[in-house]
Amino acid sequence: MTAVIIIVVAVAVIALIGFVLVGMYNGLVRSRNRVSEAWSGIDVQLRRRASLVPNLVETVKGYAEHERETFEEVTRARSMVEQAGGAGEAAGANNMLTQALRHLFAVAENYPELKASDNFRQLQTELSDIEEKIAFARQFYNQNVLSYNNGIQTLPSVIIARNFGFTAAEFFEAEEEAREEVRVDFTGQE
Amino acid sequence: MTQPLPERVLIWDRVDENRRSTIVFFVLFALLVAGFFAAVSVFIALYAGVAEDDLLPVAIRIAIAALLVATALGAIMYFAASAAVLSVGGAHEVTKEEEPELYRVVENLCIGAGLPMPRVHVVEDSAPNAFATGRDPATAHVAVTRGLLTKLDKRELEGVIAHELSHIGNYDVRLMTLVAVAVGLIVMVTDVMLRFTWYGAGARSGNRGKGGGAAGAIILVVALLFIVLAPVLAGLLRMALSRQREYLADASGALLCRNPEALADALEKIAADPEPLETANKGTAHMYIYNPLRDHQSFLNNLFSTHPPIEERVRLLRAMA
Repeated sequence: MTAVIIIVVAVAVIALIGFVLVGMYNGLVRSRNRVSEAWSGIDVQLRRRASLVPNLVETVKGYAEHERETFEEVTRARSMVEQAGGAGEAAGANNMLTQALRHLFAVAENYPELKASDNFRQLQTELSDIEEKIAFARQFYNQNVLSYNNGIQTLPSVIIARNFGFTAAEFFEAEEEAREEVRVDFTGQE
Repeated sequence: MTQPLPERVLIWDRVDENRRSTIVFFVLFALLVAGFFAAVSVFIALYAGVAEDDLLPVAIRIAIAALLVATALGAIMYFAASAAVLSVGGAHEVTKEEEPELYRVVENLCIGAGLPMPRVHVVEDSAPNAFATGRDPATAHVAVTRGLLTKLDKRELEGVIAHELSHIGNYDVRLMTLVAVAVGLIVMVTDVMLRFTWYGAGARSGNRGKGGGAAGAIILVVALLFIVLAPVLAGLLRMALSRQREYLADASGALLCRNPEALADALEKIAADPEPLETANKGTAHMYIYNPLRDHQSFLNNLFSTHPPIEERVRLLRAMA
């Protein structure tokens, strides 16, 4: 009689632990999926920006052909963005592209005809919009990374994470001042 | 402010709470409608001269029928509410080509909040204000007035849109929209009934004099009481739902746009604007970011106000900055 009770209790406890473990595992998977979905939000914008660069360079070349170094800097940064694997690398390349573009726009200041061209102005608006979108996508992505990393690094779910190969996701770091400056540049406020 | 914040946990709690509140709302609404119809029909029956002994069974039967009607009404409301609120609010949908600035702000903040893009509307009114509606993030709408677009700068507009998107993200909009339609219906029906009551009372004293008797008089008083109380109850329900929500939407909106100061500035501008919003009414007032009816501060208004005092909201936002 007591043996039966012990067996029943043991089975119940094991089943309960099983449920909890499955729940934790599913939670981690969901959290990891959210991170990759948030990443694709950044990726879309990075690609949009990279695809505008050749067009921008061509437009600027039409008015300011002597600024070869600036063009090369932008083109180099662009191909780095396209080849980057992983959030950390992409963030670095993206920051370089931001710098290079800022340099290009600073150069453009010296060419009034270029600044007056419709095509250039439209590209400028679009690029500053994409820059803002990247900043917001980054914010959403980093929130998800934080909650995922907390999940795989804290008890008790860390036990599951260790055994099923969940690895920490990389944050998408941007130089904070970059965003501030862009906002002031293109919105003309503050 | 530069550190990413673990607000998702909070958001899921809010979503669950809103789901529970929606169920409670439907139950209360059905009971209110049923009780209301029963009271009204008793009054009409009495006026039409139905014998007192027959009154109770009649009232019960009508209450059951009214409960069924209320359920059907609730189901219709659930799907038609957003459209009703938008049309009462005088909102018309705009495309990206018509309002590129506004559209971009909404797009960018949606990316930041991980929400699908809502449909964007403008209300052609010079009073600055904004509201959001919908059943869930996938069917959401955001509406801003023309005055908001002309009077706020871009970062203030971002603050306001972030506030509205927070209402969408945690499913506040569903409950707020349902409450708007329910309160609108109740206020409308009660207005009509009150008018009836005055005519009825006049006719009664003229025609029947002392007729009716004690029991009839009591039922009549109860019916009248209910007619008077229904909108008060509806108002309390709406109020209880919306004050805390505004603080929460302010806080998560400020986190989303990363600029509590901008939202605080926007609220001050909106509050300082003297114009009332023509398209807002008692039923929809609680949906707006700031009370569009411009009642002046008094004990009673404060007791029944749908929005927390603006000074308090601004103070809390500035404390975040």
